[in-house]
Amino acid sequence: MQTINRRTFVKGVIATSLLVNTPITISANTKISTRIKTTEIKGNTFNLSIEKVSVNITGNPSIAKTVNGMLSGPTLRWKEGDTVTINVTNNLNEDTSIHWHGIILPPAMDGVPGISFDGIKPGETFTYTFPVVQSGTYWYHSHSGFQEQQGVYGAIVIDPKVKDPYEYDREYVISLSDWSDEKPSSVYRKLKLSASYYNFKQRTVGDFFDEVKEKGFFEAFSERKMWNEMKMTDRDISDVSGYTYTYLMNGENPATIFKALFKNGEKIRLRFINSAAMTFFDVRIPGLKMTVVAADGNNVQAVSIDEFRIGVAETYDVIVEPEENKSYAIFAQSIDRSGYALGALTFDEKIIAQTPQMDAFPILTHADMGMNMSGMAGMNHSGNDMKAMNSEEAKTMGKQSAMKCGGGMDMSSMKKPETTMDHSMMGHDMKAMNNQNKVIPITKLEEDSGVQTDAVAMDPQYRLNDPGVGLRNNGRKVLTYADLKSLRPTTHDRYPDREIILKLTGNMERYMWSINGIAYKDAKPLEFKYGERLRITYINDTMMNHPMHLHGMWSDLETGDDNYLPKKHTIISQPGSKISFRVNVDAKGSWAYHCHLLYHMTDMFRKVIVS
Amino acid sequence: MKKLLLATSITGLLATSSLAGGGGDIFRSSLVVDQLEYQLSNEKATIWNVYAYAGYDINKVYIYSEGEKPKDESAKSENQLVYSRAISPFWDLQTGIGYDKNIESHQTWGLIGVQGLAPYFFESRATLLFGEDGNIGLRAEAEYDALLTQKLILSPSIALSAYRKDNEKMGIGSGFSNIALGTRLRYEFKREVAPYIGVEWNKNLGNTNDISPLDEIYGVIGIKFWF
Repeated sequence: MQTINRRTFVKGVIATSLLVNTPITISANTKISTRIKTTEIKGNTFNLSIEKVSVNITGNPSIAKTVNGMLSGPTLRWKEGDTVTINVTNNLNEDTSIHWHGIILPPAMDGVPGISFDGIKPGETFTYTFPVVQSGTYWYHSHSGFQEQQGVYGAIVIDPKVKDPYEYDREYVISLSDWSDEKPSSVYRKLKLSASYYNFKQRTVGDFFDEVKEKGFFEAFSERKMWNEMKMTDRDISDVSGYTYTYLMNGENPATIFKALFKNGEKIRLRFINSAAMTFFDVRIPGLKMTVVAADGNNVQAVSIDEFRIGVAETYDVIVEPEENKSYAIFAQSIDRSGYALGALTFDEKIIAQTPQMDAFPILTHADMGMNMSGMAGMNHSGNDMKAMNSEEAKTMGKQSAMKCGGGMDMSSMKKPETTMDHSMMGHDMKAMNNQNKVIPITKLEEDSGVQTDAVAMDPQYRLNDPGVGLRNNGRKVLTYADLKSLRPTTHDRYPDREIILKLTGNMERYMWSINGIAYKDAKPLEFKYGERLRITYINDTMMNHPMHLHGMWSDLETGDDNYLPKKHTIISQPGSKISFRVNVDAKGSWAYHCHLLYHMTDMFRKVIVS
Repeated sequence: MKKLLLATSITGLLATSSLAGGGGDIFRSSLVVDQLEYQLSNEKATIWNVYAYAGYDINKVYIYSEGEKPKDESAKSENQLVYSRAISPFWDLQTGIGYDKNIESHQTWGLIGVQGLAPYFFESRATLLFGEDGNIGLRAEAEYDALLTQKLILSPSIALSAYRKDNEKMGIGSGFSNIALGTRLRYEFKREVAPYIGVEWNKNLGNTNDISPLDEIYGVIGIKFWF
């Protein structure tokens, strides 16, 4: 087991910042106030102040940028059918904005500077007002600079007009986030200077010798050969790690522990929101089954699981039924296992369950690179025994094929992609075919390669039932996208009129990100036609998970069953894979469309124009 | 040179953006003291290998300086100012000027080169130099980081140089001129600060060795840092 990074345990106590009572005035328009405990605000008129507060999250005093002095910001409770008015006052000395993530609203209310509006200048108040046409769990955050990393985010809970199909007695918002005392601009600069700066789980010489011992020199070397020739690493899980991050649950660090109390016999609805800047979390409550009832705010058919991965900006609602007089840990380990956010689900505030151990550091497999597994018999990269792999997954993974590296290097040693069909996926596709049997015309988009792109997935595959690196075959029932089925039937939704393909591209060595090899500043806007039903396919040419977020319109994820496509606002595209969704282009105007990892977003971004 | 001026003026512009998208290609600058070491040899020289750069993802300006200052002599050094442009995912094309100096003399070069990451993660740089006197030189170096642990890093390196003509004042002869093989073991207290120990074999070859004989193995103790 790895030793726990010092940031995992935190010396700081939030109470210290609560003791500072006098606001410090440093300039006319910037005051630093004291941190307030996160509360819920209900109604249809809200006043939000974006302001600095002094915090102590790591043991060192620091300054956060917050909403109403809270970290996380206040939970806004709306009612479906109401019109809400939100006055956002900028008390910072720089521009700010609030984006309502996943909310369907007029384009001018979407809160993206440069696309929806000009942003909110220091000292100014911007009034957002729009009808609430949906229900569920969402969130809001700043869309200016790197403010989201500094604390400008909070939860939105919208009560449905009709009775909720799932019953529960009590509910909690569980907002997960990553905090750093470092300035986000400094974190980003370091990534630009040295992309592996925060990665302290890199391959060592010892790892190689272990593999030699295990498999013999020749096999160990030939496995290394491909990664080495492509100048890629199988240890590239998360750009920013627990080296600088302290992971928070509702603003509490793993030492102060967020507490969710229950009374015996209650059904509890937990509304998980990943409001982190850069961190995917793997969430479980040891000893307790979770029933997933909503994804990205929308009801899904109940599915009982042990664990789920939540990408940046996604939300999942689960219902749990704790046993009487018991205490549980709500455990959210970061995808790179460099730390965790921790909470307690307990009948008694004073009784806290033991903190679970983190899993082993995940290692990317050839599947994540899009490799043909047939040439890699006996591979054991992620600590999974291939023999133990269930047949479903083996099939999915077996179909992965080659990734081509940049710099004009072809992998001559690589096996050709298999030509047999991927059976697990074919089953899914067949259903759609039976219904629709139509070819969707593809609109070609501008593309570039060169410096921007250090790898290309040559034959990427759908991996809907792959829980992702680090979660495969861990003995727990882990949610996958294939498990998500909309509660509302989508049988009569239109079949797509056309398709576009977006390749998620990057150069990890230079820390450059782009779509179709073109960074935002050099890209033409994407043009969607009002009224069309559009199919969008992501091909992930990189070694990283990208949580892709289309503003203004729902993303109906193709999970295999056209009759129950779940509506999402953020879709994880796994490394080396392919994934498709459908959009009713029903919102005229200009919209943002981007990867939600904060330090990818600046360039892996497109403006969408619907006309 | 026009390019160089252009690049310098580009790098002078700071990119600031509060917009959601764009602005990812920030202006950045960094000073990297790759080697600052004391040579445990008869010369008792202090050696430096330093570079600084400023610019954006594609266009940067680099300054390189490499040299030694023996205890009882004045310093000799090789210095370069180059405009560097990313031309492929892992490689930069560089062009600029070089200025070498030793006790007796100095030499100016025009240069063109490549710098980047070769397969198997070798950090590499190769430069072709064109002297005022019609001489042509080639200098190439490669370095590899082998992680013994996440912080203890063994870094073997190789450097080679060759010239078309003799230049006795500068201590170089035609043909392969010098080879240096080294390995350094550093401990990264943090990413930016790493003291090290190492050993280096430095040998002059062919005509160069006739002009100034050198074949030495020595230990080094030094520090690598950057900010």
